[in-house]
Parts: sequence; structure tokens; C-alpha cells
Amino acid sequence: MAEIHLQATAHSYIANPKEPADYALKSLDHVWEDGGAYALLGPSGCGKTTLLNIISGLLTPSEGRVLFGDTDVTHRDTADRNIAQVFQFPVIYDTMTVRQNLEFPLRNRGMTAADIKARVDEIAEMLDLTDRLDDRAANLSADAKQIISLGRGLVRSDVNAILFDEPLTVIDPHKKWQLRSKLKALHRQFGFTMVYVTHDQTEALTFADKVVVMFGGEVVQIGTPEELFERPAHTFVGYFIGSPGMNFLPASVDGTTATVSGQQISLGAHYGALGNDQVEIGIRPEFLKLSEGDSATIQSIEDLGRHKIAKISFQGHSLSALVPEHQSITPGPSGLIFEPERTLVYQNSHLVTGVK
Amino acid sequence: MMQKKLNQKAWFLVLPVFLLVAFSAVLPLMTVVNYSVQDSFGNNEFYWVGAEWFEEILNSSRFHDALGRQLLFSGIILAIEVPLGIWIALSMPKKGWGASLCLVLMALPLLIPWNVVGTIWQIFARADIGLLGHTLAAMGIDYNYTQNATAAWVTVIIMDVWHWTSLVVLLCYAGLSSIPDAFYQAAKIDGASRWAVFRFIQFPKMQRVLLIAVLLRFMDSFMIYTEPFVVTGGGPGNSTTFLSIDLVKMAIGQFDLGPAAAFSLIYFLIVLLLSWVFYTVMTARDAEAGQ
Repeated sequence: MAEIHLQATAHSYIANPKEPADYALKSLDHVWEDGGAYALLGPSGCGKTTLLNIISGLLTPSEGRVLFGDTDVTHRDTADRNIAQVFQFPVIYDTMTVRQNLEFPLRNRGMTAADIKARVDEIAEMLDLTDRLDDRAANLSADAKQIISLGRGLVRSDVNAILFDEPLTVIDPHKKWQLRSKLKALHRQFGFTMVYVTHDQTEALTFADKVVVMFGGEVVQIGTPEELFERPAHTFVGYFIGSPGMNFLPASVDGTTATVSGQQISLGAHYGALGNDQVEIGIRPEFLKLSEGDSATIQSIEDLGRHKIAKISFQGHSLSALVPEHQSITPGPSGLIFEPERTLVYQNSHLVTGVK
Repeated sequence: MMQKKLNQKAWFLVLPVFLLVAFSAVLPLMTVVNYSVQDSFGNNEFYWVGAEWFEEILNSSRFHDALGRQLLFSGIILAIEVPLGIWIALSMPKKGWGASLCLVLMALPLLIPWNVVGTIWQIFARADIGLLGHTLAAMGIDYNYTQNATAAWVTVIIMDVWHWTSLVVLLCYAGLSSIPDAFYQAAKIDGASRWAVFRFIQFPKMQRVLLIAVLLRFMDSFMIYTEPFVVTGGGPGNSTTFLSIDLVKMAIGQFDLGPAAAFSLIYFLIVLLLSWVFYTVMTARDAEAGQ
């Protein structure tokens, strides 16, 4: 196992990329720590799979280098990298039994029969496949097939990392949770480096220690689930993570005060004069409180059982607020409190750090 | 359990198809059965002869020879067209304008009527004016399909390969296109060789379409008539007289209706039997897997 370094790695599917928009993956420097559980989160087409395929070697990046530990593997074949990859749709060899599937990568590498048997038995034990080893793989359910394709990666000793490309897409909802817990347990027990691509924030946040959020071919934030929730580095992160997403309001900011259409809102830090250029304030629905008053109007209320979501119109902008289930609210005029510590400032979509 | 009411009116819905099949297939077939057990001397007079014609056909060396030639022909055709078709399908580009171009080129021979194909090759292979025949003759090769049995066979086989390999190619190509990229990527990660990719990914995924290709090519080649008839007329001698050519000679040339009818039925049963054998053998593994 080794740390995986990406050094100024970028990729374009066009032969001679000129402008930033030509890149499927914009230049990225990142170190994937040994034994870390990472999630790559982002909408379809944001470059997640491109990044994953660069790590596994299915794609050679058009720029930059990929290092495993101290070894440059940028131009190495994918088979030499000792990477396990699980794809969106279960890939199994239909004509083989479960055992033959697991043996396949080892046979291709010319291991002796005795070594192969020992290793396959060990992995089957680890994945609870022992009693199914002689079944035909084609007849198994989708989740069992995903486990087998994971197993085919794991049988190779010295696996550097396990990459998952939206592995739960075709799994039944009630099995998803089970399979995810299993992956998590394997990670805790054996400490593989895992990179998990998904567009489902719940999957990402429950699986990973660190979530890498991508948008338009760019990594916009890398952080723990808590950091992503409390201090989104980019408006996209705020909008993409959380349900409903973060509220954003165009504002002008001066010192500790933001002004939205004439209404003053106090902030938790000192920002100096930011002017009016692409400045927004952002606040999560969880931190927006309703009070006595008439500065805003509640337009509708959705009761989700555990809590309610109020759709609010404030100075011509629409906002969402999360209201505790026991608090009774009715559509109509209401006051609105922005928690100063939770009200963040963004310029050109990026978080601005204020001075306390 | 839900009780279903028995409704005999449903039979009326099946009636149109039943009549259609009866008039187009069952009745003509019954006429043939009728001829096959009787003898006729014209004047619409028929005499019952029982299984006599069947015994005669089954014991005639003429039928044995034609059947032998037919089996050899179909065997050679399958042995060439199936592997060649798979190989071409594997080498065709997967996407882009190249793929479209290849598909169109491949489809072309399939669009040409049988007798036109026969005529094209009849002229193409002539030693005096044909491009192929003349070139071979100029190179000093003794090639003349009207006199030499081997040359006639080679001509008929190459013509069939040219005409029908495309069908195998198109079917296999469709099978290959249905394989998601992830399979190839997984195989790369597993370190699979080119041969292993074919053996464990491409071939299993092609199997179903390959079954159809083999059945179609077997049946068509076993019943081949027009092309060899146009090119060689069954000769030289009887060397390219396949079952269908022989049957037509017997039924229309000699007007032996009884023996020809018995011949037809035996021919039909052989095609049916061999198709069943192909189907059973090729789906044996699926059945084993309980699919």
C-alpha cells in the first residue's frame, strides 16, 4: 500500500485543449493518504470518473503525474498498479463459477495453483462467499455480483487502493445500506485506501472520512462531512450538500454588516469592504430562525414529520428554513433571524474568510 | 387461487392465424405427403404404393451422393463463415464514421438477389472474359469451373462466403456492441490477455447471436439452390449437384412426382433434425445453468 500523489494532473478528451472548458479534469494536486476512505462527490459529468480512471490507469492524464509512494506510475499499465476497481454495473465473467472469477486475476499473473487456492479461500472467508464458491456467478443477485467484482480486486496481494465507481447504482435500496456497511467494515478491519465515486450525498457522507467535492472538472472542496456542512468553500458545495441546500442572497458587505436590498444583517466576523461585485451571503436552512416580526413572508410549509421546511420570501428572494416539528407556524408575515456565526460570505462563488 | 372462467370464444381469435398457416404451409405439405405414398401415370390416376418411394430414395446412391455433397458443402461453409465472421466483427471499428462505413459495406452483399449473385460470379470466374478466371489463367493456373470439379467447388464456396459472411459479421457485431466498456476495463485491471478477453467476455456475450447465425447459415446453405444452379448448373457432371438441385431435376426435369415428394419429406426432416442438433448442443450450457 502506498500514498497516491496527483501532481498537476489534468485531463482533456480533446486532442489540443486550449481553454479551461476543454478540460474534463482541471489541474489538480492532491495526496490520497494511505488507508484513507475518500468519497468523490459531484453531479454527473463533473469529472469524477475521469479522475478515478486516471488513478487506476485506464486513462493516461494529458498533463501532470501520478505517483504511488515514490514511484511514478503515470505511464504504467493498469494491471501493474495493483488497483481494484468496482464499476457501476457488476462485472463478472458469466461462464465461470464464483471461485473461477476470484482466481482469474491470479491465473493471469501466473501464480501456482496452491497459492491461488490459499489466497482465494482467504478472500472468500473475508467476504462471506465461502459457501457460494462453486455456484455459477451468472445466477447471483446484483449485490452478490458487486461483492465478487470487489473480491477479484482484493485477491491480489498488496492492493494499493480500491476504487468504487458508483457501485450501488443497480443495487436494491434495502441492500444498499447493507453493502455500504460491509465496505465500511472492510475498511476498518483491513485499512485499504478507498476512493468512492458517487453523486449521492448520503452515500458520500456516511462512507467517507474525507469528501472531495467536484464541480465542472474542478475540485471545489476537500473536507470532512462536518466541514462541508458548516463551512462550504464554494457555493456549489453549499447547494449540493444538505437537504434543502444552502440559501444564497446577493448582498453588499462592509465590515461586520451585510446589506440585502436595504435590510441589514450582522455577520460573525469582520470582512472589510468587499464592494458589490459577485458578493453573496449564504446560510443553511438549519440556522435560519423564524421570529415575531414582518420582515419576511412564509409562503408555504412542508411537514416532513421530523421537522418542517418553510419556504420564505425575503426582500424578493426565496429562502428555505428548517423549523422544529413542535414549533407552530402559519403562512403569512414573519420575522427572520440570521445567526451571525452561521452567516457566511462568498465572493465569485468562493468562501471569504473574515477576521474575528 | 383466482377462479378463471373457461371461455371457448377465444378459439375464434386464433382462427385467422390458423387458417393462414393451414393454407400456406399445412395443406401444401399434406399434398406432398399425398404424392409421396402414391404413383401416378397422368390422367389424374393414382395408385397406392405405401413406403415404396421412401425406400427407393433412401437406398438410391444418387440421393446418398447428393446428401454427401450437401453435408460437405454446409460443413465447409460453416467452418469458414463463422470464424471469419467473428474475426471481421472483432476487427471492425467500434464507433465513428469507420464503423458506419464498415456496416454499409458489410450489408451490401446481403442486398443482392441470389440469381444476380450467381450471374456476377458466373461471369467473374469465366476463364475467357472473367476478371478472376482470366487472371488465374494468365498466372498459369489451370482453372475452369465448367470442366474441373475442384474449380467448380472452390467457385461456389467462395461465392457463398462472399455473399453470406456479412450476415455472421452483422450479428456478431451487434452482440459485441452490447458489451459495456466496464467489462473491458475490468479485464484490463485483472490483467487478462487478448485471448482471455475473447474467451471469457466477448465469446460468451456473442453466444446467443452466434446460435442464430449458425442456424441461419446452416439452413440456408443446406437448402442452397439458385447460386450454384446459375453458376455451374450442378456440374461438371454431378459434382455440384446439391440436394435441392437434384430434387428439382427429379420433380420437374423427370416429372417423378412420387419419388420427388418422398425426397422432399426426407430433405425437410434432415434439415429439421440437424437444426435441432445444433440448437441443443449450442444451448446445452445455458440449460445446465438453469437459464
